[in-house]
Amino acid sequence: MAQQDLAINIENVTRIEGHGDIVVNVTNGNLEKCELRVTESPRFFEAMLRGRPFTDAVHMTCRICGICSAGHTCASIRAMENALGLTVSEQTTLLRRLMLHGEYLQSHYLHVLFLAAPDFLGVGSVIPLATTHPDVVKMALRLKRMSNDICHIVGGRHIMPISLRAGGFTRIPQAADLAQCRERLVESVKDIEVCADLASKIFNNPALEREMEFVAVTDPGTYPFLKGKVASSYGTVVDEMNWTDLIHERVELHSTSKHVSTDSGPYMAGALARYNINHEWLRPESKAAASALGLKPGCNNSFYNNQAQVVEIVECTLDAIDVIDELLTRGLDYDDVVGASMNSVDWKPGRGAAAVEVPRGILFHDYTVGEDGLIADANLCIPTGQNYGSIEADMRTLVPTILDKPREEIGLTLEMLVRAYDPCISCSVHLLNVEFVD
Amino acid sequence: MAKPRIGIFSFTSCEGCSLAILECENELLDVLAIVDIVNFREGMTEKEDDVDIAFVDGALSTRRDVEHMKHIREHSGLVVAIGACAHTGGVPAMKNNLNLDETKRYVFGDQADHFDSIPARPLCAEVQVDAALPGCPMDRAEFLRLVLDVAQGKTFRLPNYPVCVECKLQGNPCLFDLGLDCMGVVARAGCNAVCPTFGDPCEACRGYVDHPNTQSHQEVLTKAGRTVEEIMHRYTRYNSFKPEHVQ
Repeated sequence: MAQQDLAINIENVTRIEGHGDIVVNVTNGNLEKCELRVTESPRFFEAMLRGRPFTDAVHMTCRICGICSAGHTCASIRAMENALGLTVSEQTTLLRRLMLHGEYLQSHYLHVLFLAAPDFLGVGSVIPLATTHPDVVKMALRLKRMSNDICHIVGGRHIMPISLRAGGFTRIPQAADLAQCRERLVESVKDIEVCADLASKIFNNPALEREMEFVAVTDPGTYPFLKGKVASSYGTVVDEMNWTDLIHERVELHSTSKHVSTDSGPYMAGALARYNINHEWLRPESKAAASALGLKPGCNNSFYNNQAQVVEIVECTLDAIDVIDELLTRGLDYDDVVGASMNSVDWKPGRGAAAVEVPRGILFHDYTVGEDGLIADANLCIPTGQNYGSIEADMRTLVPTILDKPREEIGLTLEMLVRAYDPCISCSVHLLNVEFVD
Repeated sequence: MAKPRIGIFSFTSCEGCSLAILECENELLDVLAIVDIVNFREGMTEKEDDVDIAFVDGALSTRRDVEHMKHIREHSGLVVAIGACAHTGGVPAMKNNLNLDETKRYVFGDQADHFDSIPARPLCAEVQVDAALPGCPMDRAEFLRLVLDVAQGKTFRLPNYPVCVECKLQGNPCLFDLGLDCMGVVARAGCNAVCPTFGDPCEACRGYVDHPNTQSHQEVLTKAGRTVEEIMHRYTRYNSFKPEHVQ
């Protein structure tokens, strides 16, 4: 029989990025409290950006998060280009797409193999697996290294990229290095088959079903990463410049991160949202991986975000190979570089926003630059902040269905749920203040 | 000899430096052969208090951070600050230049005190720190060198010469000649001048050398028509923290 009273307080959920607690309270069979308390310390990035030259935005905002620094880089430079009225070359766009694929691969490999997999294998971390499953661990390390090396070659560094700027690149990677990346990506395809096989065997998702809204970038004809319109699974589509028509932010006192919703309520962003909205544009190989993993369009169980990440590993690997082929066939233009100072681009003041799909979901950067070239206003809306409402809605759905389980199992299931969203809490607590004090 | 027990802890930061440890992919299994990782929230469920070496990233920017750091200090043999936030206050200390009370109150109104936020400070402002791995992010090769030095009982030392030296060795053109400002003259080396090599000025994320040659920096700047004050005011990303912020 189900428990009448239950109190769970998991301090500092492990194997996620950042600090958060799970708090659940059931009294007389009633679910009274169900929260993901975000305790990460605020850093006030938007306030710190104000009054600084527009050239500072990219290297400050990439430092919001060590795991997603390449994603923040891409969102920041695209938003700034929209604000300043800059356009970039085809080569620049291709190199950015490659950079973002490197980031997706390292982030998804890290999450699927190092953070999520131990739960399903009954261990507390990847470390004991080095003894019990040495081949898998060595493969995981090899794949992560390859992904980081792609970012290193394109951007100078994986954590905190250097050469990506509004307007273009400050340095163009060597063709020989890109050719070597291509070789390693091609070799990784057989490792991916092993990963997908492993995922299909171990990821036995708990049952969870509720009516969910998803939001992702969409660009009919392609599976979008770098740009597109902002789409809800409920049908609304807005231009990235008008993202606040769809997305609203508010303060919750139990969280140092803002919560985000649409007019319909909380929504989910991330790999599962991208899959649900854009699945028809995936390559045949990615679609095959999805069906082998039991992932179907319209999936309303957020635990399947793990499977959706595996599908995206296939998509990003194959697209990265195509991007390198295109760059090498065109021939790299080493003179297509931009300087690091303000006057090296032909800019005008204004406001600009960008929506970029990063590993954990849709990321918005929005800047206003004044006549003096200084940032007058900045607003950043982070995937994990967008997901808190959805995580809590899932917890409220899930807890009553598992109340008959032992307390430890309920706690573990809730931790697995939080982990399935692959939250990045440092990112989400970059702010606290969205408006500036004048 | 028993394997040293290692803990990896994180405060106000992007956790990129903790992540950089996981990015020692080629060497990770060798590292695990000579040390035991017993506490690493970002990567494992197990949590043990007593460690021989605590690697700590992040600045201290809440009262909860400060208390937890003191607890870690009491339970650790060595405390190593990893990355700019822990070492110099880094990016989080930029907020010390804002009017914190006003900002918080504007957002939260009379609920402002609900949110714990104090001026951000490096670890050494609150506890004794035995070594630092500087940089934003820290350099993973330097991390491996420190682990090896400690395991072998050797003294770990940081380079005490400026980034300019490494930049020259890389054969880069001087960024001042390209019309940019650069902190490489006074910043601590050890990064292989990676930012100037990729076309971006040095912002001294590794802090300054012990006795920075400000004279030489001044000469370079004067030639470029700039003053040291201008540069110090401009480059606050990693070296904003001042002792008076915590008095």
